Amino acid sequence: MAMHRIRVKVNGAAHESEVESRLLLVHYLREMLRLTGTHIGCDTTHCGACTVLLDGRPVKSCTVLAVQADGRDVMTVEGLEKDGKLDPIQEGFFQEHGLQCGYCTPGMMMTSHALLQRNPNPSEGEIRQAISGNLCRCTGYVNIVKSVQHAAAAARSRS
Amino acid sequence: MIPASFDYHQPKTLSEAIGLLSRLGEGAKVLSGGQSLLPLLKLRLGSAGHLVDIGRVPGLEDIREEGGFLKIGGRARESDLEHSDVVRKKYPILADTAAVIADPLVRNMATVGGNLAHGDPANDHPATMLALGATVVATGSKGERTIPIDQFFTGLFETALAHDEILTEIRIPVPPPKSGGAYVKLERKVGDFATAGAAAQLTLGAGGEVVRAGIGLTNAGMTPVRAAAAEKFLQGKKLDEATVRQAARLAADAADPSPDRRGSVEYKREMARVLTARALKRAASRAQGA
Repeated sequence: MAMHRIRVKVNGAAHESEVESRLLLVHYLREMLRLTGTHIGCDTTHCGACTVLLDGRPVKSCTVLAVQADGRDVMTVEGLEKDGKLDPIQEGFFQEHGLQCGYCTPGMMMTSHALLQRNPNPSEGEIRQAISGNLCRCTGYVNIVKSVQHAAAAARSRS
Repeated sequence: MIPASFDYHQPKTLSEAIGLLSRLGEGAKVLSGGQSLLPLLKLRLGSAGHLVDIGRVPGLEDIREEGGFLKIGGRARESDLEHSDVVRKKYPILADTAAVIADPLVRNMATVGGNLAHGDPANDHPATMLALGATVVATGSKGERTIPIDQFFTGLFETALAHDEILTEIRIPVPPPKSGGAYVKLERKVGDFATAGAAAQLTLGAGGEVVRAGIGLTNAGMTPVRAAAAEKFLQGKKLDEATVRQAARLAADAADPSPDRRGSVEYKREMARVLTARALKRAASRAQGA
């Protein structure tokens, strides 16, 4: 069994772990670091439930090896809340009822959070384009788009 | 799903990566973005004894114009290509292509070099690179060599790369004035492979006649397809309705698609025709600066 020592920063905290080379990033986060907010959905690079930020960019963590994250920064849904205060994107999903079953929600929020970092005032089309790799089977996306718009407006009025 | 066990190597330089590939032999595979390779390993449709991750090798991510070429580093990410200023301004065919590969999350990991080196005729960049007349730079234990894109795709999932060679750069000639291109893809949903796709790159003369035409087709055979007869037919002609129609028909004749859940052979060939006509029209209007 090929093992490797990796150093990864997750939600600002440094971790050093011994991992098998074939370990997927999503399994590393959920099973070794016990950060179970990141969901496993399709496990085939389609649904985006496992989306995390790798060096600030949203990626599908079921299709990244833990060893590929060596030396990098990972942010999961657990990293959104700061000092007991929800991130605007979490507040947006809460206020606009952006979820029903909640399975896609962590991935949706990570993708949307990254979008708003890059583009604080996205159009509806840009939001829909950004989340086109995240599947929701409940809401038809209408409330998800509203949630992102709510977050964008809140972030704008705060700054 | 968990891939079968493999060993993983993280070279810090290009020569170290090539050294590993030549030492490890055929059982080693290059890991770039991993967005095609990892799903194959997870589904156990493919296997590798060793993965050589080129993710830390410096200097493979640049996208820049230099010496008459647009040079795209082999590990440049699709999302970087999609958002590159020079690409959006002067190579809209590449921006068109990058924007329809898989989905935005996959494009944050997936690389342009990987899209070509995977040798999958369903991938989108091959058709575009055929239309643009690109050259691929391969670096291996014997040094660097250039491979014209026409000679790069040798079979289904097979390319001209030797097992110890890494696709380090793609070179695209800077298009002359009055050039334009477009890529048009029909997909059932975001993230799906193309039902059909057509890339067209045109350079027009002073009188609006075609000086150079490049046409490539996606998912239209065992390898990416260049529509050579259609390109030749367009030479010297003005792009009126009848000319576009005839060129699109010739391009569709070059398509030899396989039937699957995306459609029958007849449907896919017809879509290749329709999409080639659309790509030619869009390329022409971009070449005219419209």
